Amino acid sequence: MENIQNFQILWFVLIFILLLGYALLDGFDLGLAALLQFLGKTKEEKDTLIASIGPVWDGNEVWLITGGGALFAAFPHAYATAFSGFYLAMMLVLLALIFRAVSMEFRANDPVRAGLWEKALVGGSALAALLFGVALGNVIYGVPLDGRMEYTGSFFTLLRPVPLLFGITGFAAVLLQGASWAVMKTEGQVQERSFKAAQTLTWINAILAVIYFVVLFNAVPNLPGNALFYVAVVFTFAGLIGLFFSLRKKNDAGPFWESSFSFIGLFLAAGAAQFPNLITASNDPNFSLTIYNSSTSLYTLQVMAVIALVGMPIVIGYALFVYRLFKGKAKADDHY
Amino acid sequence: MDALFLARLQFAFTIGFHFLFPAMTLGVALIILISETLHLATKDDVYRKITDLLARLLGLIFVVGAATGIVMEFSFGTNWSQYSRTVGDIFGPILAAEGVIAFFLESVFVGVLIFGRKKVSPKVYWVSALLVFVGGHLSAFWIIVANSWMQTPAGYEVSAMGKVILTDFGAAVFNPSTVARFLHTVLATWITGAVLVCGIAGYYVRKGLHGETARTMLKIGIILFAITPILQLGAAHGHAIQVINYQPMKAAAMEGHFETARGADIYVFGYVDEANEKTYGLYIPKGLSFLYNFDFNSEIKGLREVAKKDWPPVNLVFQSYHIMVTLGGIFIGLGLVGGLLLWTGKLYAAKWYLWLLPFLIPLAHLAHETGWITAEVGRQPWIIQNLMKTAHASSVVVSAGEIAFSLIMFFLIYLLLSVMFVFLFVKIVKQGPAAS
Repeated sequence: MENIQNFQILWFVLIFILLLGYALLDGFDLGLAALLQFLGKTKEEKDTLIASIGPVWDGNEVWLITGGGALFAAFPHAYATAFSGFYLAMMLVLLALIFRAVSMEFRANDPVRAGLWEKALVGGSALAALLFGVALGNVIYGVPLDGRMEYTGSFFTLLRPVPLLFGITGFAAVLLQGASWAVMKTEGQVQERSFKAAQTLTWINAILAVIYFVVLFNAVPNLPGNALFYVAVVFTFAGLIGLFFSLRKKNDAGPFWESSFSFIGLFLAAGAAQFPNLITASNDPNFSLTIYNSSTSLYTLQVMAVIALVGMPIVIGYALFVYRLFKGKAKADDHY
Repeated sequence: MDALFLARLQFAFTIGFHFLFPAMTLGVALIILISETLHLATKDDVYRKITDLLARLLGLIFVVGAATGIVMEFSFGTNWSQYSRTVGDIFGPILAAEGVIAFFLESVFVGVLIFGRKKVSPKVYWVSALLVFVGGHLSAFWIIVANSWMQTPAGYEVSAMGKVILTDFGAAVFNPSTVARFLHTVLATWITGAVLVCGIAGYYVRKGLHGETARTMLKIGIILFAITPILQLGAAHGHAIQVINYQPMKAAAMEGHFETARGADIYVFGYVDEANEKTYGLYIPKGLSFLYNFDFNSEIKGLREVAKKDWPPVNLVFQSYHIMVTLGGIFIGLGLVGGLLLWTGKLYAAKWYLWLLPFLIPLAHLAHETGWITAEVGRQPWIIQNLMKTAHASSVVVSAGEIAFSLIMFFLIYLLLSVMFVFLFVKIVKQGPAAS
């Protein structure tokens, strides 16, 4: 029994890392796309912005696919409860992800309706980012569950103020990722606008982060005694303070890393609050889905651990290689 | 209409649509790899033009495939949560392995293939083409593993709680149908790629467009089209024998074979009257027994071996299977004709044949779809053969109204995607290799 617990904890950490990787990486392309019309005014400027995420967004999205697969493999009950329970919200996520994926390709090849596909890209990206945050907010804050691990709320249960606040906090962090990626990858007027957007978003993030940490601190019983929570707070504010000064100095490489750092803090706090729960039951703590009552067998967790611990470093290695291929400022005519 | 029926309809519709795109991705990835290898070896610019055109098409194909593929991964949780709870031990790791081992590789390097021509050296570009090919095929392998495990489960035991517990990962992955089904499916995607390129290049050559580039493209396509359907004949035969051995009721439905008998017939075409348990049509006496092990009197199990409530919809399986087989025969014939025309130097002037080629593109997809229907409907009423019924697999908290909403949503989105895909595909083809 001791042994399986180690693997259950390992898989909590690994899924946390996969979701964090997704948030940081797909975060910047979703965020950039959501801000597209603020950062780019002319077609050429928007082409440049899209070119900066074009070669990498699909690889970034695989972090979500793998995270979902890992959740299915390690904790199938959490996967089944959340996905079936949040059915309509999940369908909206799919709608958003489909449109943000195809709209870039359609926009490039269909100039007549480029404006329409642009709106689909902006709307799809913003909606996906917001919904992911609200979904995570709900599993942390808690949802009503029954003794068979099934969700008993409705679509509107998901829209309570606290999960919405968590969702908006995450959304603001994603927008900041996008703006600071744009700062790094563009030049001239687009970069100027990106600097301004990142500055405004730094303040918005700082305010939301304060509220988020306070609410989380009061909502989760054991959090005040958890050292990791304080580390998370330091991460986020260190990131935001660094960001503030980098943006003032018009440093174009720093902000993306500082924004990522602050996002990691938000995630770390959520992870500290959540462990060992996967989906917190708001009605009765005994109904919560935890890493201990929702996992697959020891053998499956072991097999998966081998695949993940051998496979993911290789994935990260070649993903870094490809990022290096496309390093430097993006150009409007990078497409094909 | 009840929630279970709607959930099945939604899965059938979304997987049937999704399947069109990875099939094209694998086929096109193969031809890009061939063309790019020739480009690297000969430095001939013609091959670069072919690759660039196909890479543009791949960008379009891949993005629709990826966007509709996420729907499939979500659907096990959203619509089939009881299935997920029961088999998470086995099915989950297979999907996760697909992500880690395969889909990352394909997705990361697809970006290089589409955006990297001006940024990377020819060697790095070639390596990217290779890795997209490898990643795509590994991805297909894991998805086929997942499906094969539902057809011929292995490497598991059932716990006292009714959960399916993984006991041997290797046995689950290489279950009795994985290899046969992987070969059969991958060859089908290669035929699709061959036909796709033949259709495009055939159109160019017939219209006198793009000169040497079009002729070279057609040559590559025709050589593949002459070879792959014949290889498929062997793979399909092997798969059919495997189905007779491991899923005899599916095999019986494929031929409308009711009574276990020595010397079972094989139908060229026909119709199954399920109510009266009779099959009509043109058949070759004892043909099925002969094809099974080259003995006219070998025994083939009939549907009456199990209760009628455990039969799949027999006529649907029969018709799907026979449409697929007929199309396979057409591809073998036309592929050989194309190979012969190329051999004798008459291909580029054979207007009738070049005119025919674009029409084969939808037929290749029809073969895919009917093959898939045969495999999936033929397994019913089981979601996992002899282990779990489809009726027990769907989500308990999702209402019929919610599924009706999502089904209409997917129908409308996919309708839009189909229209845009065909429109842009034709547009890119008409712009031709010179534009890229």
